[in-house]
Amino acid sequence: MGRIVSDGLLLAGALRDPMSTTILDSKDWNALLAIARAEQLIGSLAWRLHGVEVPVPVTRILEDARRSAEQCRVAALWEAEMTRRAFGAADIPVILLKGTAFVAAGLAAGVGRSIGDLDILVPHERIDAAEAALLAAGWEWVKSDAYDDVYYRRWMHELPPLIHRERDRMIDVHHTILPLTARVRPNAAALIADSVEFGSGLRMLSPQDVMCHAAAHLFADGDLAGGLRNLWDMHCLLDEFGSEGLVTRADLHGLGSAVARAARLSHALYGTQVPEGWQRLRGADPLYLRRLTARDGWGRPTRRLTRFGFYVRSHAIRMPPTMLLRHLWTKWRKGHVPR
Amino acid sequence: MRHLTELRIGPVGFRIGSDWQEPIESIRDLYRDYPAPDDQIADFNVHLFAARPWRRFLRPAVHIGGDFVIPDAAPLPLSQGLLAAEMAMNLQMALGQRRYLLLHASAVERDGKAVLMTGLSGAGKSTLAALMMSRGWRLMGDEFALIDPATGRVHGFPRLVSLKNAAIDEVMRALPKARFGPVLKGTPKGTIRHLVPDARSIAAMGEAAVPALLLFPSFGFDADERKVLPSEVFVRLTQASTNYVAMGEHGFTALTDLVRSVPAQAIDYPDTTTALAQVERLWDAL
Repeated sequence: MGRIVSDGLLLAGALRDPMSTTILDSKDWNALLAIARAEQLIGSLAWRLHGVEVPVPVTRILEDARRSAEQCRVAALWEAEMTRRAFGAADIPVILLKGTAFVAAGLAAGVGRSIGDLDILVPHERIDAAEAALLAAGWEWVKSDAYDDVYYRRWMHELPPLIHRERDRMIDVHHTILPLTARVRPNAAALIADSVEFGSGLRMLSPQDVMCHAAAHLFADGDLAGGLRNLWDMHCLLDEFGSEGLVTRADLHGLGSAVARAARLSHALYGTQVPEGWQRLRGADPLYLRRLTARDGWGRPTRRLTRFGFYVRSHAIRMPPTMLLRHLWTKWRKGHVPR
Repeated sequence: MRHLTELRIGPVGFRIGSDWQEPIESIRDLYRDYPAPDDQIADFNVHLFAARPWRRFLRPAVHIGGDFVIPDAAPLPLSQGLLAAEMAMNLQMALGQRRYLLLHASAVERDGKAVLMTGLSGAGKSTLAALMMSRGWRLMGDEFALIDPATGRVHGFPRLVSLKNAAIDEVMRALPKARFGPVLKGTPKGTIRHLVPDARSIAAMGEAAVPALLLFPSFGFDADERKVLPSEVFVRLTQASTNYVAMGEHGFTALTDLVRSVPAQAIDYPDTTTALAQVERLWDAL
């Protein structure tokens, strides 16, 4: 019996092989639950461990997590429905993204998943109509800062976030899946054209595009915060849809390397069944694993330097250097400090 | 984390980690008669930490964290580390509790039936609960009452009673033999001193009770009583609950069941002697 680690690998191991938790002692359980909460994977873990014999207090904690995730699902679907109604008159399609799409379509990736904001995709030429429809239906601006507002509208792949004044829920309206400043420009028209309807007027991306989006979200955008969760999405999606046609589709969006990396890391961490070419780590993969699992036994972030490296990277890939300098200078003058 | 202690309060287990020894020592001392979490597995983790390594020694400031955090929570000086630990445990409950509907209320029990007292800060929830404990009621908690949606019963959360300002001397007079924590001066809520619940309240902390009376006390008025209609009780309790919205339909069902089955009274009182007499009379009239 090997030494039990207390970083993100503990969580990945439990998700990968639920029976492996039978050897955990109380210290390991405390670490596992803390890390799962910190990575917002406690609901997914709770469903993975459903039926596995665990200590009594763990049973209670996981029951609470399942109930909480169920409430999350209900609330997410309600937000989707509210948006569909708001868009109804303007005849704008509601293409659900990420967590809400997973639960609406009943995918394994949605089981126990935590869902915060509602993310939707709208054709670029309908974005003004979408904004007007939401404002008319009770959503309001979150950001009052003029620089942020202009920045979002000019350079981002989404509207500035809107929040509903009664339900206090946020919506992110995307017109593509990566910022316009990024080097990679996914084919938004293809994403929308090939989206699939699943009844009740709601749509989601095609299976291959869902995986492309998950990979883009992981590696082409952001600093890998919440990476274990996003990679768990990728694992569940690959497991459910398989990888047929994925490479061709990823190449269409310029996301070939992101998808390949997501598949390799998912295989390494979660044991996802993938084609042979994705079964061995390559290049900087170990560094990504180091970042993804950077938690201590209290669920706190560790490996400060690695995290900082990925923070810098997230900005470097998001915009060209001169633009980045100007952006950071403006933000710094406004008192923003990186966490 | 460097220093660690574990304890159970009512049905909830905590694991508290700290960058400093002092808050852990205070918690261990004041909670010495409390059990460990079941199977040593905690429901919630609490972190008391220095934002920068040197702030452990240089003007040490205790930041509050844990499984659930609020951004920009102001740190406390190390001399108030005990208060930081208490606040951090409350925060985990307020933000993370999903098994029970959480009511911001104090609760005392007699004959298996509970009185819940809720109100804004300063209404006298903690003071009245402590004084009722001195008169033979079992203290179930001065901060949170936990309603079990499955049974409708209330579970106690008898953490240290947080006494503020003038209430400190009054309760010390009523409970001269009780154990108290250090006097914490200059906290965000003035002077605070913690009272350790009596042995019986600690020993019975796992026992749930049937909610029998709901009180909305208000301190600083002429003595008065009025029945509160279910509609008003419902609205006031949704405001007094930190997890009502997050509990969804379970929370709604638990709350409406409670509101329908338990009589509610608002009591105004000029001093605690009057209030205690009012409570006893309302209790006897049930």
